[in-house]
Amino acid sequence: MRDADSPYVAKVNVARHRVFQKRTPVLGSLDLELTERCNNNCIHCFINLLEDDAARQRELVTTDTQRILEEAAALGALTVRFTGGEPLLRENFIELYLFARRLGLKVLLFTNARLITPELADLFARIPPLEKIEVTVYGMKPQSYEAVSRVPGSYEEFRRGVGLLLERKIPFVVKGALLPPNSEEIDSFEIWAATLPAMESPPAFSMFFDLRGRRDSASKNRLIESVRMTPDEGVAILRRHGHSYLKETREFCRKFTGPPGDQLFFCGAGHNACVDAYGMLQPCLLMRHPDMVYDLTRGSLKIALTSFFPRLREEVRATNSDYLARCALCFLAGLCEQCPAKSWAEHGTLDTPVEYLCRVAHAQARDLGLLREGELSWEITDWKERIKQI
Amino acid sequence: MILSRDAVYTVSEDVVAREIEGEIIIVPLMAGIGDLEDELYTLNETGKAIWNKLDGRRSLNDVIAELAAEYQAPSGEIERDVLGLVQELVQRRILLAV
Ligand code: SF4
Ligand code: SF4
Repeated sequence: MRDADSPYVAKVNVARHRVFQKRTPVLGSLDLELTERCNNNCIHCFINLLEDDAARQRELVTTDTQRILEEAAALGALTVRFTGGEPLLRENFIELYLFARRLGLKVLLFTNARLITPELADLFARIPPLEKIEVTVYGMKPQSYEAVSRVPGSYEEFRRGVGLLLERKIPFVVKGALLPPNSEEIDSFEIWAATLPAMESPPAFSMFFDLRGRRDSASKNRLIESVRMTPDEGVAILRRHGHSYLKETREFCRKFTGPPGDQLFFCGAGHNACVDAYGMLQPCLLMRHPDMVYDLTRGSLKIALTSFFPRLREEVRATNSDYLARCALCFLAGLCEQCPAKSWAEHGTLDTPVEYLCRVAHAQARDLGLLREGELSWEITDWKERIKQI
Repeated sequence: MILSRDAVYTVSEDVVAREIEGEIIIVPLMAGIGDLEDELYTLNETGKAIWNKLDGRRSLNDVIAELAAEYQAPSGEIERDVLGLVQELVQRRILLAV
């Protein structure tokens, strides 16, 4: 039966459905970080704790997570993202997955695929997540993968997990993390990715890595900094699919509204809900400043979304003079990844410019023709003209 | 497929029906209902009025009679809509005969 023939029932792509376009539900989607623990120990990771870390004792119990899922569904959420750490490490994963699906939530799973078992793959085949699973890939060979994951045998397990998804025809996409051990493998990764049935476009790469969100390890931060690529290398990677990148970025830049002033949360933070493994609601996946999170074990999603976060968005203002002299006046703020969460991770304040991100944004802007060599974004006054011209 | 007007229908356990901002959204639970991820079902206004009566207790005859009274519409028209919708939802495994 074709849907176009039906006078009563329509199959809808929810992203385009009128209810969700107008964002009328209080909550569109929920992010749940099921654990910060991971069975990998990637060299660039901003979040992971060891698999058996004592933090496990503090993770939300099943009933608390279920209560949050119920409230999210009642507020209109259609999708829950299960992320981590490695969400499949949670021993109650299947219980939470089924609970979410029975509430009518679609589940978006972010995983490294190492813990996908035949039983789990069968479950996804029988009760599909309704969102493509997203698998991050750290290398195309055991040597490169395990130089990133730092766990012997992890490559084999990742391939086995992906093989199970393929066998059961469970839709999934792959993403890459570009790091020195695997930087020579971009082509082979893209070629392989193109053979996967659910891949509709080339894989995305993460490459401008964040420092530890909990500010818990100076030595790990030094390691992350050492594996970051230079801004120009990053731009060259973005340029690999030059035409689509330029088209998308130009369209994006045309929507720039100009310098943000002293309002720090001018991004989407606080519109959706991101719950950490211990029940704290963050305005986005990255923001872990203790004053910017809301304790869901003592309150409700609704209060956080309708009162706590709107107040944060309105009231949290920059006072750092360096920020006020640069970012507040910068027309690239929409392009740049500078934000309060990244400032917190790098500097322990909400409003300190992050030099690495500043250099990345300048390199991108030069590449797009928005800046000339030597120009500084915050000194540009004719930015409207420049945007029109790109 | 011929539907009996005396039959009672209920929502299949293979789907989850939700109401969000006044819209009925039917989310597949088991495989084979939505062919593609990211595609759910919704009902138009007529479909919604009928759906709200399909509570696993009323027969189709009851549903038709109640809607005809509420909407003051010819029962032939209402009957066509009710049978059309139910037939379609049964074929899609969204409704089951009790
Ligand atoms: S697999 Fe993901 S969460 Fe785990 S250590 Fe690697 S980057 Fe971190
Ligand atoms: S480009 Fe530099 S000045 Fe502009 S927002 Fe980013 S960090 Fe701030």
